[in-house]
Amino acid sequence: MSVRDDAFEEATIPRSNGALTFDAPWQSRAHALAVSTVDALGLSWDAFRVELMRAIAQDPGRGYWDSWVIALDSLLRGLGLNGLSEVG
Amino acid sequence: MGDRHHKPLPTTPIEERVVALEALLTGKGILTSEEVDRVIEYYEHEVGPMNGARVVARAWCDPAYRERLLEDATSAIAELGFSGPEGDHMVVVENTPAVHNVVVCTLCSCYPWPVLGLPPNWYKSPPYRSRMVREPRVALAEMGCRVADDTEVRVWDSSAEVRYLVLPMRPEGTDGLTEPELARIVTRDGMIGVAHH
Repeated sequence: MSVRDDAFEEATIPRSNGALTFDAPWQSRAHALAVSTVDALGLSWDAFRVELMRAIAQDPGRGYWDSWVIALDSLLRGLGLNGLSEVG
Repeated sequence: MGDRHHKPLPTTPIEERVVALEALLTGKGILTSEEVDRVIEYYEHEVGPMNGARVVARAWCDPAYRERLLEDATSAIAELGFSGPEGDHMVVVENTPAVHNVVVCTLCSCYPWPVLGLPPNWYKSPPYRSRMVREPRVALAEMGCRVADDTEVRVWDSSAEVRYLVLPMRPEGTDGLTEPELARIVTRDGMIGVAHH
């Protein structure tokens, strides 16, 4: 694996205590949706985390936040809340 | 979706999917969009490495707190008012001249939100997740964190239960600094273990 991987490129950004974590508004929205849903339904965070691990393992090359959305969808479907069907 | 007109129209399938999920959740009365907005605000402004930096600075200044932190990190961190999702089972690992600690999550992106905020992108990337376990010394050096040959590197894999926070060594020449001043020199990367402080 090359040292020029994006992951390590990004690590050269000057260190700051205010870290940029989202590349687009939909990502922070997806994050907040999962946090709010787990809270509103009284679930443990692990209920979501298990779905996230599964989504990442399913396709490690997929974007992290894409996997996050798939995990949320799958959590909702598992609860019988009629998650959305797979998109592309 | 009362504030739908404030948001740009979704343009990609994934954006559409997020909008649809929010519509589903609000439609079922589980959430309101205003609640989602508040969570975004909270994570943008109130949770972040500045919280962990306060924990570290306190431990550097107060030996009794440091001891409590190493014994029961979840409680000691809660003493400063930090708790919540991804912060239930905290363990603090202390750097010493003999041991350098670094944290990774090999399976996904487990990370102590209450004290560090959300993980940076590189933390979630496959190269970091695999290489920090396979060749930590090399990966650390590439990230600008050289560890002396006679210092042991310990890699901690955040798992289902435990979230790790590294307690960096207090830098030399900081004896005269106050606790708030010290908190300002503690970095996120130092608390993950990919920097020295």
